[in-house]
Amino acid sequence: MYDIKALYEAESIEHAVSLRLEHPDAQIIAGGSDVLVQIREGRRAGKELISIYMLDEMRGVSLDDDENIRIGSLTSFSHITRDPIIQKYINVLGEAVDMVGSPQIRNIGTIGGNTCNGVTSADSASTLHAWEAIVELTGKNGVRRMPIKDFYIKAGTVDIRADEGEIQTAILIPKSSYENTYGHYIKYGMRNAMEIASLGCSVNVRLSDDKKTVDRCRIAYGVAGPVPMRAPSAEAVANGENVSETLIDEFALAVLNDINPRNSWRASRDFRLHIAVQMAKRCLLESIKKAGGVIQ
Amino acid sequence: MSQYKVVHCNINGKNVEKAVDVRASLTDMLRNEYHLTSVKKGCEVGECGACNVLIDGEAFNSCIYLAVWAEGKHIRTLEGLAEPDGRLSDIQQAFIEETAIQCGFCTPGFIMTAVEILEANKLYTDDELRKLLSGHLCRCTGYENIFRAVKKTMYNRLGKPIDF
Ligand SMILES: Cc1cc2nc3c(=O)[nH]c(=O)nc-3n(C[C@H](O)[C@H](O)[C@H](O)COP(=O)(O)OP(=O)(O)OC[C@H]3O[C@@H](n4cnc5c(N)ncnc54)[C@H](O)[C@@H]3O)c2cc1C
Ligand code: FES
Ligand code: FES
Repeated sequence: MYDIKALYEAESIEHAVSLRLEHPDAQIIAGGSDVLVQIREGRRAGKELISIYMLDEMRGVSLDDDENIRIGSLTSFSHITRDPIIQKYINVLGEAVDMVGSPQIRNIGTIGGNTCNGVTSADSASTLHAWEAIVELTGKNGVRRMPIKDFYIKAGTVDIRADEGEIQTAILIPKSSYENTYGHYIKYGMRNAMEIASLGCSVNVRLSDDKKTVDRCRIAYGVAGPVPMRAPSAEAVANGENVSETLIDEFALAVLNDINPRNSWRASRDFRLHIAVQMAKRCLLESIKKAGGVIQ
Repeated sequence: MSQYKVVHCNINGKNVEKAVDVRASLTDMLRNEYHLTSVKKGCEVGECGACNVLIDGEAFNSCIYLAVWAEGKHIRTLEGLAEPDGRLSDIQQAFIEETAIQCGFCTPGFIMTAVEILEANKLYTDDELRKLLSGHLCRCTGYENIFRAVKKTMYNRLGKPIDF
């Protein structure tokens, strides 16, 4: 038995919003792979919960009228990895979430939970930052959308207005973000399964038509700071430049201007800085290869 | 104050319903209400796979799944695998033949993941199989025999000769 004070099961998105307004102290539970574990640990014991897990309308991946990719917040990791739209346009996201925990965790864990928890090590977060995802929230005043960068306020805190009954309903990847764009994610951990990232790095590139120039390069890290973050100086080094080995090296070194990892029991700051450079290098190289580029 | 909810679902092919405490995990419901004790309580925080069952064909750790979410679902546990006359399924038989069991605590969870793997009707590579089995801890066997049992059954079902 879990130590739960009361459980309210939402029957629709509107119902979830009204339950939030009715029960201001209640917390949202989606797949529960964070929430239920924290209840067992005692950290969230004795709370009221609003379950949104049964809302199938919040599951699945689709293209909207403008061909933006829409990922329902309750879509599980395994369904994201297997989805044909994801595989075609943003395969790296499917690969990144395929590194979460274990097969069973990937069947229960949702992308909504992975972002609403505000955790820097979340395996989807760096890729969503690097692809400038848009977060969609639904509350009593309708729908609110914002860039994922603004969604994260600080470690463990995201911009969801509980007092307006908000829940996260989708994550969008704009067409302008995924078109002709190829990416790669590396999760650095001590073991392959059941491991939280010591550092995560996600890079993507769009090359010029002749594949010789970097048209646009984006990079984001998890665990390089309190929340997932982009590395803008590294991106500035690469954008508009010719594809070359030197460029990749300069790009990778420039991440040191941007990131600020800490010492923790999992890894020291110095070690994280060291692998951050190597991961940037390998991710960019792999992204360029996937985009059809050749290193001079 | 306890809060109860009637949960209707299909367990091992049978439609059932019971009033369940909303604080119960699916492990609690399967063990206490339906006496399906193959569903083990190991870590109870989603890490070991001892409580793993199939829900609509996918593997879930039932310890971090609310019992009320079982509403309308098809749930399968190890108890549903053997034939009515007691004959074991091919995957259970393979676990015995390959000595993939010692204390047996991890076995039901492993076998239910194996059932999901086998029902995909795909020939996975060794690396893929290891990844698919990585959500289970076994403190006895050293995993190699478990891996062999699953691999052997996969090859057998696909009618392919096996080379370990
Ligand atoms: C054994 C184990 C291993 C794990 N390994 C990894 C790993 O390798 N990598 C990784 O990134 N994570 C890992 N996790 C953490 C977890 O599985 C993920 O963070 C998952 O994405 C959480 O999703 P959920 O739906 O289960 O979230 P929940 O636990 O339901 O919710 C998480 C948080 O988000 C809020 N929330 C969820 N959905 C919404 C919504 N739609 N609107 C508003 N608020 C919402 C909840 O209130 C809660 O605060 C692991 C967990 C376990 C138990
Ligand atoms: S008891 Fe459920 S995963 Fe360990
Ligand atoms: S046989 Fe004992 S834990 Fe696996």
